[in-house]
Amino acid sequence: MITIDAKNKYYKELNREIKDAPDNAVTVENVCGQRYIGTNSPGKDITVIGTPGNGLGAYLNSVNLVIHGNAQDATGDTMDSGEIIIHGCVGDACGYGMRDGKIYVKDDAGYRAGIHMKEYNEKIPNIIIGGKTGSFLGEYQAGGRIIVLGVGYEDKCPVGGFCGTGMHGGEIFIRTEKLPVNLPVQVEITTATPEDMDSIKAVVNEFCEKFDLKAADILSSHFYKLTPNSSNPYTELYVNQ
Amino acid sequence: MSVNYIPSTFAVLRDTDRCIKCRACERQCSNEVHYYDADFDKMFVHEEQCVDCQRCVTICPTKALAIIENPNSFRKASNYSQQLILENYRQASTGAVLLSSMGNPQDFPVYWDKMLINASQVTNPSIDPLREPMETKVFLGKKHTHINRNPDGTIDMTEQSPQLEIKYPIMFSAMSYGSISYNAHESLARAATELGTFYNTGEGGLHQDFYQYKTNTIVQVASGRFGVSKDYLDAGAAIEIKMGQGAKPGIGGHLPGKKVSDDVSKTRMIPKGTDAISPAPHHDIYSIEDLRQLIFSLKEATDYKKPVIVKIAAVHNVAAIASGIARSGADILVIDGFRGGTGAAPTRIRDNVGIPIELALASVDQRLRDEQIRNEISIVAAGSIRSSSDAVKAFALGADAVYIATPALLAIGCHLCRSCHGAKCNWGIATQRPDLVKRLNPDVAYKRLVNLVHAWDHEIKEMMGGMGINSLEALKGNRLMLRGIGLTDKELQILGIMHAGE
Ligand code: SF4
Ligand code: SF4
Repeated sequence: MITIDAKNKYYKELNREIKDAPDNAVTVENVCGQRYIGTNSPGKDITVIGTPGNGLGAYLNSVNLVIHGNAQDATGDTMDSGEIIIHGCVGDACGYGMRDGKIYVKDDAGYRAGIHMKEYNEKIPNIIIGGKTGSFLGEYQAGGRIIVLGVGYEDKCPVGGFCGTGMHGGEIFIRTEKLPVNLPVQVEITTATPEDMDSIKAVVNEFCEKFDLKAADILSSHFYKLTPNSSNPYTELYVNQ
Repeated sequence: MSVNYIPSTFAVLRDTDRCIKCRACERQCSNEVHYYDADFDKMFVHEEQCVDCQRCVTICPTKALAIIENPNSFRKASNYSQQLILENYRQASTGAVLLSSMGNPQDFPVYWDKMLINASQVTNPSIDPLREPMETKVFLGKKHTHINRNPDGTIDMTEQSPQLEIKYPIMFSAMSYGSISYNAHESLARAATELGTFYNTGEGGLHQDFYQYKTNTIVQVASGRFGVSKDYLDAGAAIEIKMGQGAKPGIGGHLPGKKVSDDVSKTRMIPKGTDAISPAPHHDIYSIEDLRQLIFSLKEATDYKKPVIVKIAAVHNVAAIASGIARSGADILVIDGFRGGTGAAPTRIRDNVGIPIELALASVDQRLRDEQIRNEISIVAAGSIRSSSDAVKAFALGADAVYIATPALLAIGCHLCRSCHGAKCNWGIATQRPDLVKRLNPDVAYKRLVNLVHAWDHEIKEMMGGMGINSLEALKGNRLMLRGIGLTDKELQILGIMHAGE
């Protein structure tokens, strides 16, 4: 394993050092706002100690990132594969246009988590958020799965307003008994069935293992499932001139 | 029977003396206008479905057909055109937003046609491009103000920003696979490769078969991030961030599910039949700082080896926006004027939003010069460059290169029927229907594109030669080479040119 001290290093230099490290396992210490960590470093297992900057794991491709700290905005932008495990919170627009791989956030996420998330054949991305999220969760979601566990927020709905605005594919699971507010018309909400719960069991188990949570307790709670009620939400909108 | 209120826009004239009832027109028209009635032994028409694409006229072996504007017309009024009346009928019966395609056809001033180009007489002799070398090759990208030399005296290139080398100052602008057909894309890719210029994937990803043309491909990243992957970014010679499009500023892309065929689905990396929605805002970009973040994420992902292009629509504040973009780290700025084409745009937006490229280009170039940052970014003018003389005028107003799309489509057979949004293009361009796509032969079409660019390039050289200029570099931003005709003082001031006779 290689250890890199990020102190006073500009992101360009730091990321080059990570990419060129002679070992795939890299620990980066004293990280303080450096951007794009993990981008363009295929094959690396990166442990980040500190607070990485925006664009963490952008276009991520076969990289595993573990963050001991909070991540900021645009984490996992257009990520293609690999995983980002965050022992803390994440900022806005996490997993923007993400196509595959996993983002596990122990605590809370900001606005617009999972926006434009997509899936194609066997490539199905997963975002799991342990705590709560800001508004516009799963905006324009076109595929993939977002799961919000709301641990510690059992008394209220753990997602902000306008969840699933523009959603036209994929699914959102929310562990709560309270209905989200301001749900847009194109989103259908149902109580997750035992089959639905089976479909998320594996990833929730994995999440709980990583963050020392009791999977059985979580999985036996009430979950809502959000799906789009049409994959062509705008077909009726236009008429040819 | 209920009245549908809508008479046909075009009339199909058939010379029955010439018509041999071969029914070729019936087979060729995807809009199902022509049909044969055996009882009468006669061809009939549903002419209300005709879009005047001229396919049947061109195909008819006896030249028996002509399409004309329907002489039947509503009572004339200059404030309510027939078109406007029909549009209101259509909306009243559907409750829907009007959709149309190609460039804004409304009667707005075309400033290209109000500018004249200079030529030398007596002093400063003109140059004959057939006899003397002329340089129209261009390097697009940031130009540093300082260079460092290696010990052997050569320039240290490691410190320079990546450049896009184009053999002709003309590139094919973004048209996605999905909005245009496989064969159309192949034609553009092969022509760009043969010419040593670039075509642009648009926001729909890059088909596997076209990775072979990657040296001449610009890949686009839009808000929906369709088809954006490591391989895709690596494939592009440059990466273009689409912030806006001239035909629909403030409006995003929306490919209806019915156009997402198997192959398009693979290229966009989304399931077949689902809508592909690319809204206008990038929801991670609210400032120049945020734009910088996306630009540098793309640079980081591609080892700082490729120029990053930012494309914006020409809107009211374009000069201030461009100034921000020049400081954002972008290498090339594309300004797309409001007359630019589109595969589909809401009609009211296409016809009323944005400003002409001529004015936008002139004010951006001037603003960047005033702020002494013109070298920070190259400018590509787009959005209705219709001919080589439009291109020459664009260079003189400050463009480093131009993007063309409508002329490129004309080269491969488009007849400007402006019905691309119907996805039934009879010329095999704006459609995914296999029987229509195969009407476009890429072997022929790519050569026609090559011809077009060669012809334009030669004309550009002739006009340059006439001005006594032998390199595009010396024409760029050289507004003394232009004079306005019939323009107001304000227009002349914005264009930065004098009036003819001055
Ligand atoms: S739509 Fe085209 S092919 Fe059909 S009748 Fe009209 S001009 Fe002919
Ligand atoms: S591409 Fe086809 S549909 Fe579009 S304007 Fe040209 S001929 Fe008409």
